[in-house]
Amino acid sequence: MPAQTGDVIELAHGGGGLMTRRLIDGLLRPAFAQSADDLTHDGAMLDIGGARLAFTTDSYVVRPLFFPGGDIGSLAVNGTVNDLAMCGAEPLYLSVGLVLEEGFAIDDLRRIVASMRNAAEAAGVRLVTGDTKVVERGKGDGLYVNTSGIGLRRAPLPIAPQQVRPGDRVILSGDIGRHGIAIMAARDHLGFETEIVSDCAPLAAPVQQLLAAGVEVHCLRDLTRGGLATALIEIADAANATIRLEETAIPVSDPVRGACEVLGLDPLYVANEGRFVALVPAHAADRTLGILRHFDEQAAAIGCVEPGGTAGSVSLSTIGGNRVLDLLTGEQLPRIC
Amino acid sequence: MKYVDEFRAPQAARHCAAAIARITTRHWTIMEICGGQTHSIVRHGIDQMLPNGVTLLHGPGCPVCVTPAGIIDAAIAIAHRPGVIFCSFGDMLRVPGDGGSLLAAKAHGADIRMVYSPLDALEIARDHPDREVVFFAIGFETTAPTTAMTVLQADRERLANFSLLVSHVLVPPAIEALLSEPDIGVQGFLAAGHVCTVMGYRDYEPIARCYRIPIVVTGFEPLDLLQGLYLCIRQLEAGRAEVENQYSRSVRRDGNRTAQEALAQVFVVQRQRWRGLGEIPASGLALAEAFARFDALRRFGEVGAHAEQPGPCISGEVLRGMKKPMDCPAFGRQCTPERPLGATMVSSEGACAAYYRYRRPRAAAGTAEKVSP
Amino acid sequence: MCLAVPGKLLSIEGDDPLTREGRVAFAGIVKAANLAYVPEAQPGDYVLVHAGFAITVIDEAEAMKTLAYLAELGPEEVP
Repeated sequence: MPAQTGDVIELAHGGGGLMTRRLIDGLLRPAFAQSADDLTHDGAMLDIGGARLAFTTDSYVVRPLFFPGGDIGSLAVNGTVNDLAMCGAEPLYLSVGLVLEEGFAIDDLRRIVASMRNAAEAAGVRLVTGDTKVVERGKGDGLYVNTSGIGLRRAPLPIAPQQVRPGDRVILSGDIGRHGIAIMAARDHLGFETEIVSDCAPLAAPVQQLLAAGVEVHCLRDLTRGGLATALIEIADAANATIRLEETAIPVSDPVRGACEVLGLDPLYVANEGRFVALVPAHAADRTLGILRHFDEQAAAIGCVEPGGTAGSVSLSTIGGNRVLDLLTGEQLPRIC
Repeated sequence: MKYVDEFRAPQAARHCAAAIARITTRHWTIMEICGGQTHSIVRHGIDQMLPNGVTLLHGPGCPVCVTPAGIIDAAIAIAHRPGVIFCSFGDMLRVPGDGGSLLAAKAHGADIRMVYSPLDALEIARDHPDREVVFFAIGFETTAPTTAMTVLQADRERLANFSLLVSHVLVPPAIEALLSEPDIGVQGFLAAGHVCTVMGYRDYEPIARCYRIPIVVTGFEPLDLLQGLYLCIRQLEAGRAEVENQYSRSVRRDGNRTAQEALAQVFVVQRQRWRGLGEIPASGLALAEAFARFDALRRFGEVGAHAEQPGPCISGEVLRGMKKPMDCPAFGRQCTPERPLGATMVSSEGACAAYYRYRRPRAAAGTAEKVSP
Repeated sequence: MCLAVPGKLLSIEGDDPLTREGRVAFAGIVKAANLAYVPEAQPGDYVLVHAGFAITVIDEAEAMKTLAYLAELGPEEVP
């Protein structure tokens, strides 16, 4: 653990970047992991009594609770659905744990619960068990939500970074950066007149379509905090592969572009909640794009896995050459300098 | 985006780089003043496009990097005072003083809020009349006018609960201080385009004459930087030493008069300590007496200033362009963006952070990344 | 330093020199900017915005000249 800021957890530990990794690798995995695979992936792949399952959990602490395009409830359902989808599993059942702060408005809870029900319906999952706790006023920031989920793995072949091969193409399901900017705009009162809407959405359907069409999917990763760059760096690292991206091929919507320019943010590191990357063999790239474009016409082929190069790295083509993308230290902050 | 995309056109960039190669017959060392220019150069790989004869040095134009550690300690001390809401640009939150950073202070309970503009801090003050709101006013001449207008608004509204911790610095004195160092080795400058948008470039004319050094006022996009380098090298090859304006769509010789008038009204020039560079006369701004009641140091008393601690950090020499980040024994080892020893690693545009993020030397063979000598 | 971004001034609110504000469009977003330092700015102009303030009006003619100069550097071999 970093010594300088030392003895307490910082916000950056939750940012999804280097400090989060350090926390997991340095403190959590040593305590919990019983095999090399434990706690490494979005979801755990378990084989129980012949059933091929995926199991995942996620906690949601987003502020503000309500934002354009969703709320903590829809986020909590879709986030867990997507983690299961990224294992190539059909999401089936979710649990929900609520930690409520004394004084939280019941109307707000009603809204959030309705939102969760709607999201579950849209994603084709059932909320089957849960728990509710209340903490004293001042100790809970309104509401925290945890969802855990179980799904059935349908894909014949494993879907994991270890399946990635040189020559694979990187396909992105849609434009990036909406969720992070939507949250920032709402939370920090950035005064954007245009409302930027989060891309929060379930991803099980496009993934199931790819699998049903027999596409040989090597790896899937949904983009969350830390953005596209972080997701790909993690894959490259776990796969010991070299990924090369074409900057001009990465779709960014105009409002997100404008917001990123104004705030000095790199869209590649801005959070998403309804986008994923699929790594597929070159011969399957067109088919993959065709299927994904049915769901989002912004889907694009953005790069490939290169033979050679520096293993475990992601590089981006620039005007002058290539630059290597690194994990961020903590949350990306707007700047004026 | 208009006025951005056109200046990132890859083919025009390649042509300009080729033109630079054509006219370069000798080795030249050029310094870009502004951290934003450093960021852009490294991000777009501009230095990878230059012929081997051109060396780029990264200068001290990173207001975050040069903010003295003592001021950051003062900021943290003020932020911890009960009832204070401390507002800061995102840039300053991770910079370590001697007692940690503002972000660490936030983790320990201080009410520290990130703002995009000083006007946001003013708004917070209006919304919370029962709290003391303090704004951390850092930056060069580009940002000082935004502080000035905020002070004028606060003054007119007679806001009683608003004050500023001021640490604005001026570029031309820093350039002169650099040029009076014996080993400096810089033969030409790319001046900071946004600073000059406010201040104009008259102040650079005596510097160019006196030190016989070409100065090209340059923008921030790839084409701006490449054209700025082209013009600078063209001067060097011809033995000229003048001020030229590459960023003419934004910069005029006299700059922005309204902004300069606001600066003159709200601030006085003072001797200033620069982190890593020491004290430079007439290089900083303080609130004029008429607005002294908005000075947070007066309001809260001199707080928390520690003496600067020695250590392996060579950010002073990096800021002066005398060393590169890779020359530092701590670079990438004890000193990383998550555990920075000095401000040049913390600030996203500090030379060390830029190199770490975009150009860290990799152990394995394969990607041959050209690093400027 | 000094991240400043060009945007199109859509409209102006207020007359007071200190607080005069404009709605500025940057690609797909619109955000307010203080116009105290660009008293001459008119809707339709492009302004350079830094930390919530417009610090200059972009000179279209000069922008064109810069691009033309760059175009002339072209791919020819003869300098």
